[in-house]
Amino acid sequence: MVNRDVVGAHYGLRDWLAQRVTAVVMLVYTLFFLAVLVSLPTLDYDNWQALWRMQIMRYATVFFILSLLYHAWVGVRNILMDYVKDLGVRLVLYVLVILTLIGYGVWTLQILWGR
Amino acid sequence: MPKARPKHLNLFVIRQPIPAIVSIMHRASGAFLFLFFWIILWGLDRSVASPESFAQLKSAIGHPLAKLLMLVLLWAYLHHTFAGIRHLALDLQIGTDLPKVRAMSYAALLLGLGITIAVGVALW
Repeated sequence: MVNRDVVGAHYGLRDWLAQRVTAVVMLVYTLFFLAVLVSLPTLDYDNWQALWRMQIMRYATVFFILSLLYHAWVGVRNILMDYVKDLGVRLVLYVLVILTLIGYGVWTLQILWGR
Repeated sequence: MPKARPKHLNLFVIRQPIPAIVSIMHRASGAFLFLFFWIILWGLDRSVASPESFAQLKSAIGHPLAKLLMLVLLWAYLHHTFAGIRHLALDLQIGTDLPKVRAMSYAALLLGLGITIAVGVALW
């Protein structure tokens, strides 16, 4: 008898759940951001700049961006798993995606606190 | 004689049901947002860097092509959001019978398109 037990990498459920938790965080942030945007008296530089100096805005955005990075990693990795059959090419693309996401994250922190 | 089976699964020939269309658009919009997220970050960076860069950005996004790009990004974000809410609802076993599945798929598609068009009209 050939052993036909199906054994995966065991990150499926964790990523499935993380995809949903991060989605809800981003959804809440989107509504929060819309509310903030509507509450601005006028969309000029002074108001906009003051908004991004607020700690709550910065930390909310950090939560958003961390969720986005994990969410995008799971999503893009799943797309690559489905369509890129060659292991070597897929690994190279994984690395590029990870580096891109780290870059997005660092850039966001730099925008929020860098000046 | 066995019944004749479909001879192909050519995506351009078989008719996709509406949930399949919304689903593949969810994937496509997600990939699109990943690839072009730097545009949003760049815009945020320019908008807070200095009064001069803020003014430059403001005049740059007045260009019709820039407006079009923003609308495409907005549509991708909205479609991904509404199709995602649909997925969350399905996970919670809300609306899992076929008429509701179809209705929610149409709702996700039309909400994203509708809001994008409304914003587009407001921008022009």
